Amino acid sequence: MEVAVIKYNAGNIYSVECALRRLGINPVVSDSPEVLSRADKVLFPGVGEASSAMNYLRTHELDKVIADLTQPVLGICIGLQLLCNHSEEGNVDCLGLFDADVRRFVPQTHGQKIPHMGWNTLHNLQGPLFKGVAEDSYVYFVHSYYAPVVADCIAESNYITPFCAALHKNNFYATQFHVEKSGAVGVRILENFLAL
Amino acid sequence: MLAKRIIPCLDVKDGKTVKGTKFVNFKEAGDPVVLGEIYSRQGADELVYLDITASHEGRKTFTDLVKRIAAHIDIPFTVGGGINALDDVDRLLNAGADKVSLNSAALKNPQIIEDVAKNFGSQVCVIAIDANFEDGKWICYLNGGRIPTERTLFEWASEAVDRGAGEILFTSITHDGTRGGYANEALLELHRRLSVPVIASGGAGKLEHFKDAFLKGEADAALAAGVFHFGEITIPELKKYLSEYNIPVRI
Repeated sequence: MEVAVIKYNAGNIYSVECALRRLGINPVVSDSPEVLSRADKVLFPGVGEASSAMNYLRTHELDKVIADLTQPVLGICIGLQLLCNHSEEGNVDCLGLFDADVRRFVPQTHGQKIPHMGWNTLHNLQGPLFKGVAEDSYVYFVHSYYAPVVADCIAESNYITPFCAALHKNNFYATQFHVEKSGAVGVRILENFLAL
Repeated sequence: MLAKRIIPCLDVKDGKTVKGTKFVNFKEAGDPVVLGEIYSRQGADELVYLDITASHEGRKTFTDLVKRIAAHIDIPFTVGGGINALDDVDRLLNAGADKVSLNSAALKNPQIIEDVAKNFGSQVCVIAIDANFEDGKWICYLNGGRIPTERTLFEWASEAVDRGAGEILFTSITHDGTRGGYANEALLELHRRLSVPVIASGGAGKLEHFKDAFLKGEADAALAAGVFHFGEITIPELKKYLSEYNIPVRI
């Protein structure tokens, strides 16, 4: 199986490569339209700022390449946010593959710290990505912006407000949490994605 | 619900774990990767690796080690020790670290916090503060607690957060090594003043000390070294204990 990781100006892609290697897969990290469209699975991970990431994707015409992908695609963290309609971070229009507008967490009390960082629980799990994953499983989050609970939501979590922990529409999947840093639960979700 | 985090801290010198006598049955326990995997399997929520190597060659060894940790460990980890410049941060993050912890370098040059936050994001920027309670004040120390400064804990922590720190790792020199509990009053004051997570460090000796750091000190995470390394407390029993007090933990 050929697995491609989209190369762009977001950090922490190395951890995703390592997670794939632990599953015996040697991913190719690329921004080439040919390589990405040919791969069996595509991962779109990263940590970064939405407007600069979108700017980079548009300048390098990766926005069209991503939208045209037909194989299973997994966005992770900012990858999820970039697959949505719009992000408040830098007030930028994103790829629009999920019908959701990304917002910033607004603390309601002093103890609610931003970013939402650490291990939180998953609820209302749906579909093959969460096969064998129990309700209330803990996964690792680091983010200040979130997608609200929308029709395409396949997992929820709660921090300040209920929010969308994972999305699915057509061949596009995405998790707000870091599958690559979520211990055994993350490994299972990544395996489920690779088995799609 | 967001869980309180339990974080074992591993000191590394020349690529080897310094403390590790608990794992006498594991002959590779001197390998920071193996030890990290053991803690990860036991339920540690994060790991902190502190490089206490002094030499330049040692830094290279540490970077190689960080790459190996990233390749083997599937929970977040922070690296610290001897980070002086943006280049060091870049190198360690590229090697796969999730966060970097800055201590003396930030006290000497607070601008570095802004530089790290701007270039890599606040979420990677942990500011470690070693402070000792003396003459009614929490005095911040440089160089692993050896050199006192003019700065005090609360004002320095606030400045660090204003400059872009994503997390504060507060080690009480007063409590460190005493096994008498964390500096809960100071932790609570940090919680009241700061808008970012606070990691408690220094003083863990018993299960109840962790409970107190969370309930009295309102800490977001508790870090310990000796009690874990020497097997006095195991992470599964600690998490079971905390959950009995309704403290949210990942089990």
